[in-house]
Amino acid sequence: MEIRDMTALEIGDKIKKRELSCREAAGDYLDAIRNEGQTVNAYITVMEEEAYRQAEAVQRRIDQGEDLSPLAGVPIAVKDNICTKGTKTTAASKMLNNFIPPYDATVIERLYQGGAVIIGKTNLDEYAMGGSTETSYYGITRNPWDLDKVPGGSSGGSAAAIAAKLAPYALGSDTGGSIRQPCAFCNLTGIKPTYGSVSRYGLMAYASSLDQIGTMGRDVKDCAAALAVISGHDSKDSTSVMKNAFDFPKFVSSCAKDGAGSSDRKLAGLKIGVPKNYFDIGISDEVKSTVLEAGKTFEMLGATLEEFEIPAVEYAVPAYYIIACAEASSNLSRYDGIKYGYRSEQAKDLMEIFYQSRSEGFGKEVKRRIMLGSFVLSSGYFDAYYKKALQVRGLIKRSFDETFTKYDMILSPVSPTTAYRIGGQIEDPLAMYLADIYTVSVNLSGLPAVALPCGFGSDGMPVGMQLIGKAFSEEVLISAADVYQNNTDYHKQSPVKGGQGK
Amino acid sequence: MKITDDLIDYIGELSRLKLSDEEKAGAKKDLTDILNYMDKLNELDTTGAKEMTHPFDEANRFRNEDSINDDQREAMLQNAPGVKGDYFKVFKTVEQEGKEWK
Repeated sequence: MEIRDMTALEIGDKIKKRELSCREAAGDYLDAIRNEGQTVNAYITVMEEEAYRQAEAVQRRIDQGEDLSPLAGVPIAVKDNICTKGTKTTAASKMLNNFIPPYDATVIERLYQGGAVIIGKTNLDEYAMGGSTETSYYGITRNPWDLDKVPGGSSGGSAAAIAAKLAPYALGSDTGGSIRQPCAFCNLTGIKPTYGSVSRYGLMAYASSLDQIGTMGRDVKDCAAALAVISGHDSKDSTSVMKNAFDFPKFVSSCAKDGAGSSDRKLAGLKIGVPKNYFDIGISDEVKSTVLEAGKTFEMLGATLEEFEIPAVEYAVPAYYIIACAEASSNLSRYDGIKYGYRSEQAKDLMEIFYQSRSEGFGKEVKRRIMLGSFVLSSGYFDAYYKKALQVRGLIKRSFDETFTKYDMILSPVSPTTAYRIGGQIEDPLAMYLADIYTVSVNLSGLPAVALPCGFGSDGMPVGMQLIGKAFSEEVLISAADVYQNNTDYHKQSPVKGGQGK
Repeated sequence: MKITDDLIDYIGELSRLKLSDEEKAGAKKDLTDILNYMDKLNELDTTGAKEMTHPFDEANRFRNEDSINDDQREAMLQNAPGVKGDYFKVFKTVEQEGKEWK
């Protein structure tokens, strides 16, 4: 089997057994990026030199018998809103075109401790604000399944890189669906962890009470192994919780007792709730039938399914955008053209440095969200919008809490449609926002979710579903996703070269 | 919610963004659409509902105030758009002769 056809854990296993060197693994991917990378434009920065240096260093640690993560030596791509010391980190914005972080994000430190080899920084919607990777200053990223379609977003570069086999796994960030939706659009698996379980130190802040770093890969085992490396308390992030990191070896051994990897492991006793009203509103027939079909598979595997209604679904999107934009307007006020970032040449006094630099440095969608956020926080409108949204957020969280007294998890679509055409929606911001209906509640409530492939539409484009659980129930979600993937092969399908769909 | 030209100017000021006429017109249309949609929240009675600012009730955990970073003057300054010697270079921020501080 070619290196690029293997999962991240398979590559890690070969490296551990000395059947493959860290340098060979990195080289295979770096060559592929150089030769084929232009088509999908998944990367903003390729870290060729640094990656080879890391590969040599990790190889020495392996040769010395150091106990590293099962992903030691495996190349990884990282979303370009996560700071990498000495390597340009742009958030896909003109504002940060020359920004070289003087420090590593905590997740990057942990990746290096575990022996990861970072091969590049991936494209995204500017400051992670978008669902299509079309708002990047560095050009759009294309969906490897159909080059005329969007890869989703905002972690679209990470998703396209894995789908095009230009990286075996990747880090993304999820504020309102930015890991899950591109995974659904590109036939990948992704984990949006419980808020607070992964440190945000070094993640460029968009909406701090919603942002969470997570993992993306070809199957849930890869994502789980990567989550184990990056999760756990960090004193540099005061919102990171005092919980142990996700324990991958423990997870693997608990699977083993249960017949790991074999198709006879079952989901007996697992109660899955299917929110009926998620399937009534604006969802394409294909996505609806494909996700419901996946429900039947879960039933066949031993789970009990029950329909129910989640109240207040239609209020999640407006509440989300008010809160996210409010936090964004505050977070992005740091970009003032003084200590780092773009500074306009036109400015003639201090105020003009602020106004001109921000006006020239930020793109259209970022400006829109800053303005919306400034408005909802402004005197006179604060109560009607921001305070109201925070109250609605509480109601949404409570309705999920109640749901999880009855069910172990919720089965839901990720996006109402499959990937759409490039340029198809970008001029209509409201339509773009409405497409986030199934993902934003998870962030508002701080819950974990796993997105995974469950079939294809008639256009050959992938359909994803998500399993949503109560806070810190990652292991239950991962385990259910793993059983599903042991019994299906949707996640093993890859795009035909040239992106003509399945 | 009626978005007036004055309100757009005010929001631009709050956001520290200078908007072209075309941008203002676009912002007016987009904000009108989006805020009209957001008014949907008024359908919900939230009287007495608690505002939720954070997913969990747990308090922030502060670390001890120990200095853990090295001196990184060079790495910091290399990102600055204007540098003079070892300092960030900016326009004068106190009153300038004949020019009022705005």
